[in-house]
Amino acid sequence: MNNLINKKGLRIDGRKLDEMRPVTISVGNVKNADGSSYIEFGKNKIIAAVYGPKEPVFKWMAVANTGILRCRYHMVPYSVEERKNPNPSRREQEISKVIREALTPAVVLKDYPRTCIDIFIEVLQSDGGSRCAAINAASVALADAGISMFDMVGACAAGKIDGKIGLDMSDEEDKEGEADLPIAFMPNLDKITLLQLDGKLSKNEFTEAVHMGVSGSKTLYELQKKALMSKYFEKPVGGKKV
Amino acid sequence: MSQVIRKHVLPGELIAKGKYKYEKNVFNVKNLYYSTKLGLAESYHDRLRVIPLSGVYMPKVDDTIIGTVVDFGHAHWLVNINSCFIGVLVAKSVFSPRISSIDYDLESKFKIGDTLCAKINSFDRTRDPLLSVYGHGLGKIFSGTEITINPNKVARLIGKKGSMIKLLEENIDVKYTIGQNGRIILKGTPDSINKAKTVIELIENESQNSNLIDKVQLLLKNKK
Repeated sequence: MNNLINKKGLRIDGRKLDEMRPVTISVGNVKNADGSSYIEFGKNKIIAAVYGPKEPVFKWMAVANTGILRCRYHMVPYSVEERKNPNPSRREQEISKVIREALTPAVVLKDYPRTCIDIFIEVLQSDGGSRCAAINAASVALADAGISMFDMVGACAAGKIDGKIGLDMSDEEDKEGEADLPIAFMPNLDKITLLQLDGKLSKNEFTEAVHMGVSGSKTLYELQKKALMSKYFEKPVGGKKV
Repeated sequence: MSQVIRKHVLPGELIAKGKYKYEKNVFNVKNLYYSTKLGLAESYHDRLRVIPLSGVYMPKVDDTIIGTVVDFGHAHWLVNINSCFIGVLVAKSVFSPRISSIDYDLESKFKIGDTLCAKINSFDRTRDPLLSVYGHGLGKIFSGTEITINPNKVARLIGKKGSMIKLLEENIDVKYTIGQNGRIILKGTPDSINKAKTVIELIENESQNSNLIDKVQLLLKNKK
């Protein structure tokens, strides 16, 4: 096993322990969708598109007093090194469910009775932490679609590599490292909506990792905000008197 | 005199603290008021509201809308009103009360694909919007060019007390039928319709900026 942290304390891609991969978010890339976004999170390249609220495809799906949220996470065959079968795999089904459950607390579904909101997430190129990147993209796309939300959702993973807690695991660190802890967080309401743990952490390490993941999520929220503001308002004029 | 304070907000962003009365798109947790939509938050006296910038049309009672007939049943039509709900137009409200419901010939009034201008009679969370075509300017639309804009920007196209639409009517020789659901029917010569389209596009794209009316006036001057 090669060392994930060198003598200078830097990781294999030259990052510090609490440093994130470069992230760029853009909004409104899919014209046919009601809301959409594109995120580059390290080597991840992900498109998220939101359709709706609309009539459900099947009438039996409709719930009388609330709307429903559907989510599809899909990796294109060329997104990984070896060709991936385009059929939805077990992993993709799980991540679709996890993303749906991470976003449901943020959406005011009561405002849309008997309707359906669809989120489509397409991974064009995948790296470690694609579920977190997908949640970020989906959250921006939901806001772009003008859907009522209690809060935006920022997501970032923390993990343990070579016995130390670090932020934002890349693919290699995810595979070779000791633990991976993806977190989705609503920064204004101060609530965690997703927390998964793959690996082993002691109690202290866990607390440290959660704090690190939450701070990473807050950074991502700022990036989401910047992306949305630059699309909708050229010059942000917070609190300007008119 | 207190002024209107405007602020750009995202979903979940804090708008104000204290005691306020609030309308749609705002929620309250222990006297902290958050926005639920991306848009422009306005506070005036003790009132708060958020004007959204995107999103589908949500039906409101007394709105005038433009829809397309998509289907019909024994005694009703289903109308696509550019929303997540399908409008229902009951045949009883269209035919004379002297005609028995057995004799209703639905296709003689509206066929599938027909465009109509209607008013929303009733709508709440439990039922689909009920439409009515009884009233001035309502009913079947026979000719014109249809364009669709973001339904949240219709208010800006009409302007305060109709100032913007008056300006357009004075300068471009086109008859406008505006639906609150973002559908607009333009009637006029092809040239003037094209002119109107460019102006409406400008209004849609720059609706969040102030002094919009000056920009429109400038564009209209250049077009002449």
